[in-house]
Amino acid sequence: MIGFVARRLLQAIPLLIGVSLIGFGLMHLAPGGPLAVYTLNPTIQAQDIERIRIIFGLDQPIHVQYVKWATGIFSGNWGYTFFGGRPVLDVILERLPATLLLMGSALSVAILLGLSIGVLGAVKRYSVFDVLATTGALFALSFPTFWFGLMAIFVFAIELRWLPSGGMWELGEEGNILSLLQHLVLPTLVLALVITATWSRYSRSAFLEVMHQDYMRTARAKGVPPRARLLRHAFPNAAKPLIALLGVEVPFLFSGALVTETIFGWPGMGRLFVDALGMKEYPVLMGMMMFTAIFVILGNLLADIAIAAIDPRVRLR
Amino acid sequence: MSATAAAPESQAGRVWARFRRHRLALAGGMVVALLLASALFAPVLAPQDPTLLDTALRFRAPFADWHFPLGTDELGRDTLSRLLHGGRVSLTVGLVAMVTTVMTGALIGIAAGYLGGIADTVLMRFVDTMLCFPQVFLLLVVAAFVPPTLVSISLVIGLTSWMEVSRIVRAEILHLKEQDFVAAARALGASRARIMFRELLPNAAAPILVAATLKVASAVLMESYISYLGYGVQPPLASWGNMLTNAQGYFDTVPWLAILPGAAITLTVMGFNFLGDGLRDALDPRLRMDP
Amino acid sequence: MAEPLLEVAGLQVHFPIRSALLRRRIGTVRAVDGVNLSVARGETLALVGESGCGKTTTGKAILRLIEPSGGSIRFGGEDIARHSQAQLAPFRRRMQIVFQDPYASLNPRMTVGGILAAPFEIHRIGDARDRADRVAALLRTVGLPPEAARRYPHEFSGGQRQRIGIARALALEPELVIGDEPVSALDVSIQAQIINLMKRLQAELGLAYVMISHNLAVVSHVADRVAVMYLGRVVETAPRETLFFDARHPYTQALLSAVPEPVPGRRRARQVPQGDVPSPASPPSGCHFHPRCPHAMPRCAQEAPASRIVASGHAVACHLEAP
Repeated sequence: MIGFVARRLLQAIPLLIGVSLIGFGLMHLAPGGPLAVYTLNPTIQAQDIERIRIIFGLDQPIHVQYVKWATGIFSGNWGYTFFGGRPVLDVILERLPATLLLMGSALSVAILLGLSIGVLGAVKRYSVFDVLATTGALFALSFPTFWFGLMAIFVFAIELRWLPSGGMWELGEEGNILSLLQHLVLPTLVLALVITATWSRYSRSAFLEVMHQDYMRTARAKGVPPRARLLRHAFPNAAKPLIALLGVEVPFLFSGALVTETIFGWPGMGRLFVDALGMKEYPVLMGMMMFTAIFVILGNLLADIAIAAIDPRVRLR
Repeated sequence: MSATAAAPESQAGRVWARFRRHRLALAGGMVVALLLASALFAPVLAPQDPTLLDTALRFRAPFADWHFPLGTDELGRDTLSRLLHGGRVSLTVGLVAMVTTVMTGALIGIAAGYLGGIADTVLMRFVDTMLCFPQVFLLLVVAAFVPPTLVSISLVIGLTSWMEVSRIVRAEILHLKEQDFVAAARALGASRARIMFRELLPNAAAPILVAATLKVASAVLMESYISYLGYGVQPPLASWGNMLTNAQGYFDTVPWLAILPGAAITLTVMGFNFLGDGLRDALDPRLRMDP
Repeated sequence: MAEPLLEVAGLQVHFPIRSALLRRRIGTVRAVDGVNLSVARGETLALVGESGCGKTTTGKAILRLIEPSGGSIRFGGEDIARHSQAQLAPFRRRMQIVFQDPYASLNPRMTVGGILAAPFEIHRIGDARDRADRVAALLRTVGLPPEAARRYPHEFSGGQRQRIGIARALALEPELVIGDEPVSALDVSIQAQIINLMKRLQAELGLAYVMISHNLAVVSHVADRVAVMYLGRVVETAPRETLFFDARHPYTQALLSAVPEPVPGRRRARQVPQGDVPSPASPPSGCHFHPRCPHAMPRCAQEAPASRIVASGHAVACHLEAP
């Protein structure tokens, strides 16, 4: 097992290098280069830009710049924001909890709901419920998240006035858990929609596959009651593709969170990203690209390890 | 001469029969056909000039005035005309992006799959790396870097979403290249390019077609989203995405301005998704009765 | 005897076995392990053996469809074993292959006309009209109507497809055709038709054949000479008559005893080799056949027997034949 984890970690290294190369390349592809934002500012003179260029080391050969930048990324020095000169990593990390809260609550809702729908659909295949659920999932997957968000705001915040339309707290109520929960409902609902659809589709097919295996028939022949068959025999075997899905889903989760956060003004990383985009804050943008990519790699790594932990056959590969 | 196996008409017929059983896919196909037709004939169908503004006629409600069947927006422009012309823009971006996606993905997938070895390792590592970035992040960063024109938006969407296609095509090629007709071509001295594009590529058409259909859906979605955020199609050119942006400001008073373009996006995405889903079932190689 | 058309000496094809994760080489499959063969112009050599003995790999390596790891392949006097693809181009016209599976060997997305025109396109022979004429002529040669050119492979039966495969192999007027079990996927009633077609074409065009087969009955119809392979090596080579009546290698004898006799009442004593065919990834030491051989001696496990000529055109690799 330790060897397996070590090998998987080793395999992540070329990915990290690739990710950093693309991130670095993108920053230099930006029109005007990393300093474009200063050239737009009329109060900054040409010689000032030249000075900044030297301070940032942008006069050095490109590979030297890359090595400096990459070692910075892996040692926690992610550069400084153009506006305010704050460390990029700090700026990103202070937005992380809000995003994790949103992703966590949406993911829990989606997994609980999607799994139940999928399992029920698999158990009662081709029933009215199953047909409705699979069709509904296809509908949900086609829904533009941001429009769904706008509609949710329209119905629940503007028309019915049940829930707040955006933000994380009511003004002056920062820290009030009740207010936070109220604000959390709509974004969670919106972000969870697509994930629920994915989970119901995946868990349905995972369970259908498992339920036709010989060991399931054997369990039935032995007289294992249906509930125990589902929980003790089917579930551990169906869990593998679902854990893999969890790993694969990380980038979609970030994308979805970005969309949801911009609609609801949720002060997380997605919101930060869109704001940084508007202000041409390249250091923040690149920092976030790197941050999410590292998260994605970690997510896949953890999923692989979890699968190996529950399935002894995988480790032998 | 007696042909024992079925004629090609009936092979296509079998696919059609499977596809037809899929009622949602059929509906999706019809929606797609209607949308394409309405986009094609938008200049004829649109009752008004979509850019014609008349502030005296702001915020007309839908179905109230036959000159403006779906009402007017904040500048008094006809919503139906804008929807039709916006659909033209959105579908163009969707289709061009899809072509970019499919061409890039197929090229990389076929090269990795057929050439194998170092080329395969390098290309697939590149795919893995690209997939580490959440697509919306990658898309927005690049979209913010380039001046937004219809072509650049399409290319940006296409070039940030080909990775899945390349994986699908590679898997198909890995399976196909072991078949003897490829060995026969090599024995005849066929070049690599000929084998990849004349022998292998046509055989991977089915999964590519399915991926292409689904990619139009996601490209339309992506276009609407980046236009909504202001990095896509620029006003006064209407797209469903930037119509939503405008509408958001008047959300509490005139919700139909936001509902209509959103519904158009949803309809389009659903149409292509259902069509693609049905095509996948109809063309699924595991179900294929091919001898 | 004139110089043979094809002379294979010490041919080896080794496949690495790699670990799943780090792709380290952890072993070697010696699919072809020092094969010697020769084929004269206009002659048919049958290459027989059980599945997995490396006969198909040998055939594909001769055509350089699989890269040989060692040995020489002299075709028309020139060793092509290490030729580049560009250097191979002229040889592609001179030797061709007919595959076992007529379903997988024709591109399902191309018309028969497209499949048969491909050789001319690749070698830039003729223009479109000229190619169409050539395709029609090829179809006639293999007994199919010219209209077949417009149809797709799946519209034809297995036997008809194999005719198309043969037509493609003949398109460039080769001197050698390797038949990789060309009839074993066909119905028995069709097999004879295809074999007769191939024999007729040989007589008309002066082709040399290497017929790869696991079926000695088929071989007895077509072969001038027979080479028997076991686990990557040729154990016995002999003219057809000699092999059928005077087989020396215990493995050949065992194979022959499994062939059904056409004459009722005349039966050979059946010698079924004991045990299973060992894996070519870990072949037995010495003579590869010794664990299954009824005549095995201690020496057989230690030393691989060299091929010895026991009569004109008859070579055996067995310690029983040692002086």
